[in-house]
Amino acid sequence: MSRITVRYFASLREQHGRDEEQVDAAGIRCVADVWSRVCVAPFPANTLIAINQEYASLASAVRAGDEVAFFPPVTGG
Amino acid sequence: MTIRVQKDGFNPWRELEAYQETHAVDWAGQYGATAMFIGSLRDFNQGHAVSGMTLEHYPGMTERHLEKISAEAHARWELLDTLIIHRYGPLFPGEPIVLVAAWSAHRDAAFAACRYLIDELKTRAPFWKQETTPDGLRWVEESKS
Repeated sequence: MSRITVRYFASLREQHGRDEEQVDAAGIRCVADVWSRVCVAPFPANTLIAINQEYASLASAVRAGDEVAFFPPVTGG
Repeated sequence: MTIRVQKDGFNPWRELEAYQETHAVDWAGQYGATAMFIGSLRDFNQGHAVSGMTLEHYPGMTERHLEKISAEAHARWELLDTLIIHRYGPLFPGEPIVLVAAWSAHRDAAFAACRYLIDELKTRAPFWKQETTPDGLRWVEESKS
């Protein structure tokens, strides 16, 4: 089965109770599909998205083998 | 162009001295300006006491974006070199979090690039601060300054 890796950071990691999970890529076309697969709640405002470590949006295409990450606004520096 | 993301504490003054001795020696006489920014952990934030902090990051994506930001600065201004060192993991008040430095022939490019590097880092590099306060752990909200 081809899979997509989903990662969570900071407050999103705490809310999901895990830092990473695998989902079946079948039926997933974009980031919004990934979110609805892992969470019943609507996509939270201000949440950032990365696909393979590049910033992306809910409409961005996702393929088998991709790593999709969800996290809050960054606060480094 | 050097990027370091590390768990270990660092002394920014010693890092700059070492970098000058190992790298800047190659372009001695070419640079007339060095601009630097050091960000350190305060013991207060948004009205409450802070006794410590843990910096979470996204390994790989962090380095990739710091490299991208540095490359953008080199494309925009005539720079001889840039340096970014950023901590992750547990930190205590007074400890340096980040060092950014830029070397150029004239000061305008060095000042502008240094400012660009720290400003872009703050909005694009995937780091998250969690403070230890008297009320417990608290994720820091994004800041405009």
